[in-house]
Formats: sequence, C-alpha cells, structure tokens
Amino acid sequence: MAIVETRDVRKHFGDVHAVDGVNLTTKEGEFLVLLGPSGCGKTTLLRMVAGLEDPTGGEILIGGQVVNDLPPRARKIAMVFQSYALYPHMRVFDNIAFPLRAQGVPRAEIPHKVEWAAGLFGIEKLLHRKPRELSGGERQRVALARAVVREPAVFLLDEPLSNLDAKLRTSARDELQQFQRRIGTTTIYVTHDQVEAMGLGDRIAVMQGGKVRQIGTPQEVYDEPADTFVAGFLGSPPMNLLEIPDCLVGFRPEHFLPKEAHESRDGLLALKFHISRIEYLGADRLLYGALEGKFPDTKVISKLASTVSTPVQPGKTQDFAVREKDFRFFDRETGLRTRPRPV
Amino acid sequence: MAAGTGRRWGLRVGHFGVVGLFTLFTAFPFYWMLVTTFKRTSDLLKRGNNPFVYNEAPTLENLRVLFQETLYVRWLVNTALVGVAVVVITLILAIPAGYALARLTGRWGEQLGIGIFLTYLVPPTLLFIPMSRVIGDLGLQDSLWSLVLVYPSFTIPFCTWLLMGFFKAIPRDLEEAAMIDGLSRFGAFVKVVIPISVAGVLTVVIFSFTLVMQEFVYALTFISSVRQMTVSVGVPTFLVHGDVYFWGSLMAGSFIASVPIAILYNFFVDRFIAGFTVGAIK
Repeated sequence: MAIVETRDVRKHFGDVHAVDGVNLTTKEGEFLVLLGPSGCGKTTLLRMVAGLEDPTGGEILIGGQVVNDLPPRARKIAMVFQSYALYPHMRVFDNIAFPLRAQGVPRAEIPHKVEWAAGLFGIEKLLHRKPRELSGGERQRVALARAVVREPAVFLLDEPLSNLDAKLRTSARDELQQFQRRIGTTTIYVTHDQVEAMGLGDRIAVMQGGKVRQIGTPQEVYDEPADTFVAGFLGSPPMNLLEIPDCLVGFRPEHFLPKEAHESRDGLLALKFHISRIEYLGADRLLYGALEGKFPDTKVISKLASTVSTPVQPGKTQDFAVREKDFRFFDRETGLRTRPRPV
Repeated sequence: MAAGTGRRWGLRVGHFGVVGLFTLFTAFPFYWMLVTTFKRTSDLLKRGNNPFVYNEAPTLENLRVLFQETLYVRWLVNTALVGVAVVVITLILAIPAGYALARLTGRWGEQLGIGIFLTYLVPPTLLFIPMSRVIGDLGLQDSLWSLVLVYPSFTIPFCTWLLMGFFKAIPRDLEEAAMIDGLSRFGAFVKVVIPISVAGVLTVVIFSFTLVMQEFVYALTFISSVRQMTVSVGVPTFLVHGDVYFWGSLMAGSFIASVPIAILYNFFVDRFIAGFTVGAIK
C-alpha cells in the first residue's frame, strides 16, 4: 500500500495544456476517482502516475518517493486499461503469470499465485483459454486478475467498465468495489461516468481543462459543488442556474418541486414554472420549462420522483418552490462558490 | 422450388468453374515444367506431336545433363545461402526500423516510411551500375558476399514498410501493459510485439527469400565464375547455348527450384495474405 501524491504536475503537448498544475494526495488504501469530461486531462494524469508519459513539470510521489525518473516497471503499480490490453497470443494463465515472470518470481510460486488471483475473480475455469475466446466481462476479470497477481502498491484503472454493457457494468461496479475494500490497495480510477464515480469513489476529484476543480467525497462534490462547472457536470439533469443581480444561484432539479410536495411551508421560495414538456423515465419524471415572474424565460428542469403525486401537465404554469437552504451561490465572473445571500 | 434448386446448382457450378479455372491457370506452369523435364528432345521438336503428353517414352537424360554436366546443385546451395543470409539481415534491420517508424509520433514517421518505400521503387536496372562500383571498391567481385550485401538494399525498404503497417495495427496499450507488468520497452517489444506479429515476420521471410531466388540483374553483373552463380543466373547461362535451348534441363532446373517455394507459400498462404492486407490498410 502506498500514498500517491502529485505536486504541481503539468503536461503540455505543444500549446495544449493537457494537465495544468495538479496537486493531489491520496489517502492510504483509498479509492480515488478522477472524473471529468473527455479531454479534461484525467487519463493523461493517470498515465503520468503510471510512468507512461513524462510530466512537463512537477513531481509525482508514490509511497513518499519521487518517481519521475523511474520507468513504469519500477513503480510498484498495476494498471487496467480501457481495452484491457490482454496479450492475445497467450492463454489466460500466461496472461496472469506475465507480470510474475517479468519480475523474476521463482517458477514454483507462479501457479499458486495465478490460481489465487484467478480465484478472486472466479475465472479459474478459463485459465487455458485465449483472450479472443472470452466475453467482455471475462476479459475484464482477467485484466483485473493480472493486475492483482503481483500485489502492487497502487492500482490504476482507466475506464475499465466502459466496454461492458449497461447491466454487466452495474454488477462489475459492485464487484470492483468489494474487491478493492477487501485488498485495501490505494486505487486511482479514471472515468467520465458520474454514476460510476459516485458509486465507487471514497473521494472524487472533478477535473476540467487540465485542472482539478474540486476534490471531496461523493456527497461533498454533489451537495456542495465548488464552482459552476462541478455543479453542472454532476447530477443528471444538471443543476439549474438563475442570474440574480450580483451572482448566480443554483438548485438541483430534485429540489425544485410543486409547492404542495414540500413537507413544510417555511423557508420556501415560490417560483412560477411554465411546463413545456414532460419526460417519463419510470422512477422519475423530468419537467422541462421556463420560469415566469421574477426570472422570466429562464429555462429550468424539475425532477419529480414517482412518489410525488401532485398532478403536473405540459403547457400549464404551476406553483413550484425551492427550499432556501438548497440554494447554492456562485460568483458571476469566476464561477466559484460565494456566500449565501437573499434571493 | 425447382427454380430455386436450379439456381443453387447454377451458382455451385459457376463457383467451382471459377475455382477450377484458377487452379488450372496456376497449376499449368508446374505441369508444363514437369512434363517437359522427362521428354526426349525429338518428342519436343516434332511439330505434329501433342505437346501435353508423352509421344515417345520418357527419359531421365535431361536430369542427367542438369546434375552431371552443370553445377546445378552448387547453384542451389549458393542460392539458399544467399537467401538465408539476406533474410536474416533483412529481419535484423527491418523489424526494429518498422517498429520505430510505426511508433514515431507525428508526421515524421509517416513521411519517413513513405520515403523508405520510395527507394524500393528505384529499379535494379538503374542501380546496378553504381552498385558495381561499390562492389568493386570493396573487392567483392565474383563473390556471393556481393549479393548478400546488395540484395538487402531492396528487401529492407519494402519489408520495413510492410512491418510498419503491421506494428501500427498493434494497440499501444499492449506494450504499455507489458512495461507496467515489469518489462523494459525493448523487453515488451521482444516478448509481446514480435510474437503478435508472426504473420508479418513470416511474410517478410517468404518475400525476401523469393526475391533472392528470382533476382537476375545483380547476380549476372557481380558474379562471373561458375561456382559462385545462383540458380537464376546459372540455369540460363549454361542451358541456353546461343539459340540452342536445352528445354528439358531448363524446365527441370526451374521445377526443382520453384517447388519448395510453392510448398512454403501453400503452408503459410493465410498468414501471408493477412500480412499483406494489414500492411495495405494502415
């Protein structure tokens, strides 16, 4: 186990600043998720930790040691690639044994270790097969087994679930988390999928434009977004933002409910909502429309759980409300959180 | 229903017809060489004879001439030696070169690759004059080493280009995974990239060897003594006297030299084609 730390790490490709001064420190045994849209620098950052890219500047530390000049093989890390990168010409057994052989583990110990790793993921029966004879889910397990087998200090995972179908992804997510808890190895996980990030991470580092916008527990980044980017990126649909004279005020769609649906009338801000369209999603309904009155023509979305029984109809204007304590305030220029003020 | 079966039969006949035609087309030269090998000269020269069959009793005379009155076996050995040496040199240089060019990022890699390929297009008929100066200065005239030195000049560019396509098709992730798993870049190249590229390497082996077997201009220019000749020069030099062709022995010499290659091709034809198509797309 080890702590990974990056100090002002930068990576420039010509004029493009893919990673632009990132300071991060994992905790011992933590599951840290790097979350962000495509091109935000999360994969580049992970590759620098792995040693596959040289940083343009800054330092990377693993277990307290600066590893900038160490090749990937000397960093005591394991990585699972988005494509799994299984060696196509080797059987599953040899794939899993590969890191052991490469590191000169005594021959006699190899079968025992391979079986242990395969056992962790329930793939003992696949050991004699070639990767092309495996399904997507099986390949992913082989890739994980190959990563675990040499008991690395740090796990790096680059969108390992994105090639699985939706159903399999849910169960794989669950298995992955249980497995990480069991072995307790510090893990850095890259994804653009906020559901994965929220479900898996002990903490989430939200990245954009090569910078970390916020780092915190899933609850912190969702409930207390540090800026408008985080507020907009997390949550589906994203946070509604209204302009008031000196700042922006945001509230989550699930907090924007018909007036009657709120439990208490205290501390509510009433808003007239003209509903233009309703999307029925089973557990939820999404109401698209615009505000009237104080914020004319501001487009907002409301998310009603199926437990909310208040009738809503497209084409009508209805009384909606938000609890004042659910408002989040952001500076108009910088987009950063600012102090609350009356709306 | 009847129309359906008729159609199916029609398709089948068409299918096998085409396959049959191609088989005949490709097998015919071998048949022709084999038949002629055992024909008496009088059988060959009589105009009224059916050329596809034996009109007179077959003979071993042509083979006797080939093996006893020429140094055919020696030429075969020479060809094989040069072939193996050229294949080894080509592999040693083209594999690392192809890999480096495939992994060189940006436009440089591609342009260099195309540049190298272009040198392959310069014909030997132009190059043999300057090359003979080089061979002369090195004192390699009339030595098989001259061919070992010169042949890679056209096998390496083409094979580098071919392997470049191959290596480009291999995902970078695989090497990176191997590097994380404990190997250096070179180790990853040897243990992961090369084994995956077997088809490409085989293609290079067969291609280089075939080029050496059929090459004529350089071999004729640089080699003058009989004992140093390769099959492609020795056979026409000694079995064509002015306008007299020793057809039976010529065909025997060609047949014996071409059959091993044909067998090799047949064994690896799938991989060989895979080799060429991968190279073509990337």
